[in-house]
Amino acid sequence: MNFSDMVPLLQTALELGLFSALTVLALYLSYSMLNVCDLSTDGCFTMGATVGAVVAISGHPFLSIPAAILAGMLSGLIVAFLQTKMGVESLLAGIIVNTAWYSVNIAIMGNSSLLNMNKTDTVFSILKEKLEGTFLAGSYKLIIAALAVLIVLIFLSFFLKTRLGLAIRATGNNPDMVKSSSINPAFTTIVGLCIANAFTALSGCLLAQSQKSVNIDIGSGMVTIALASLLIGGVIIPRGGITRKAIGAVIGAFIFRLVYTVALRFNMPAYMLKLVSSVIVIIAISTPYLKRQLPLLKRRMALRKVGTNGEER
Amino acid sequence: MLRISNISKTFNPGTVNAKLAIDNLSLEVKDGDFITVIGANGAGKSTLFNAIAGDFITDSGRIVLDDTDITLMPEHLRAIKIGRLFQDPLRGTAAGMTIEENLTLAAGRGGWLSRISHAQREEFKDMLKELGMGLEDRMKQPMGLLSGGQRQAVTLLMATINPPSLLLLDEHTAALDPAAADKVLKITREVVEREKLACLMITHNMQSALQLGNRTIMMNKGRIILDVSGEERANMTVADLLQRFKEISGEALDNDRMLLGVE
Repeated sequence: MNFSDMVPLLQTALELGLFSALTVLALYLSYSMLNVCDLSTDGCFTMGATVGAVVAISGHPFLSIPAAILAGMLSGLIVAFLQTKMGVESLLAGIIVNTAWYSVNIAIMGNSSLLNMNKTDTVFSILKEKLEGTFLAGSYKLIIAALAVLIVLIFLSFFLKTRLGLAIRATGNNPDMVKSSSINPAFTTIVGLCIANAFTALSGCLLAQSQKSVNIDIGSGMVTIALASLLIGGVIIPRGGITRKAIGAVIGAFIFRLVYTVALRFNMPAYMLKLVSSVIVIIAISTPYLKRQLPLLKRRMALRKVGTNGEER
Repeated sequence: MLRISNISKTFNPGTVNAKLAIDNLSLEVKDGDFITVIGANGAGKSTLFNAIAGDFITDSGRIVLDDTDITLMPEHLRAIKIGRLFQDPLRGTAAGMTIEENLTLAAGRGGWLSRISHAQREEFKDMLKELGMGLEDRMKQPMGLLSGGQRQAVTLLMATINPPSLLLLDEHTAALDPAAADKVLKITREVVEREKLACLMITHNMQSALQLGNRTIMMNKGRIILDVSGEERANMTVADLLQRFKEISGEALDNDRMLLGVE
């Protein structure tokens, strides 16, 4: 592989990384801050894609983005409502909503599991036309993705330092303390999940429009991929303030995509993506646990050598 | 200021594990009362606190705080008027957030989207300085780095930053080493006196139960079996207390954790 091969490879990885970085930032809010593993992410991602596509196809390319964001907030609201007001276990609430959204998403696409946007005006096609002939012509996808990530990053780094943002972080940290500060943790959970899912839906919407098509499987496995990216980001930037860690999450998303894209170049079949992301998540989550078990294991081995009555065998 | 009338609570009702934790209990706390609460394990002391703070809704009876009926009020709304400290210093603060962030949440000033202001930061700094623990220079450090005594002192600050009407102290110094316990207790007395708070404090130390505050209640099997104040209390010794317990409950106060008064 020579350098001229590398550039488009890098660009693709960067684009895809940035699109999924929005979902990674959503999990940064729900998983890292609120301590909720939101398993409705896949369905919400797809919902953002379908709603965005339908609105764009009906002739509103700009409206499609707030529409997708709104759909995501609604999705988050429902998951949070089930958790906080209906007594549904948080993991289960996500799974249930995720399942329900499969039907809803097909209904949104008008009883179809695939929508084509080849002749549809989207923010991407509009920017592509605008940039035609300039040196930026090839990077219209990158510009939109980077802009979206930047806006979300700035929003998060501001929001998480406001009183509401602090309350959301404390809810994941110590809900008792939130209550004694006269704040209802149900409220902070609802707000947090609404915002997180807005990012997820935006992520789905932009990915679908950049690919000019959406199918019902576009979001499947997204939660694992995003979690893998988030955990990679945590390894790269383990310490620091919330903004630094959020940037780490974005970098994690990019690295994940880069490794994956390179692996594809070396003839790894595309269907391996989900296996790879699952393995990364398993390694990242279990490593700290296994590290803690190590001293115990060492002592066991040592005792086995000595034998039960303390004599050398 | 706090009037509890005939509250009862049974846990796991209708099962073999049913336990009557609070049994038709009534208590009136007057403005400025500092009441120490003693009793064996399982007597219902913490359950009484949980009932007042709203961890659960009582099965019957009424709780009125400052002329507001709080019997059915959710916990986070009661927290406006009720400050609370637990034995476990980890329970009162968010470990992953900085000292100033914890204080900001407790203070609850400004709108939802407001950020920590410079003036507020200075205010926190002065408060922390008063604790005399050097925490004023560590405001940007995560709470998790502090010792148990330091965390409990900050928790106390958080509970009283907006002076509540009532302070519930559930053995809040029991998990601390003696020096830290003394320090936290000293700060507690200062705050209670300065803000003229009404205060209920559970303790296992019979001696300090008689020394601290102006009134002592003893609980047994979900009831208040002894309520002493004034001259009667001033002349009371730990031995008297044990004798009274025996007379009323018909059994000797026998408890590993009960300290008989050597400080």
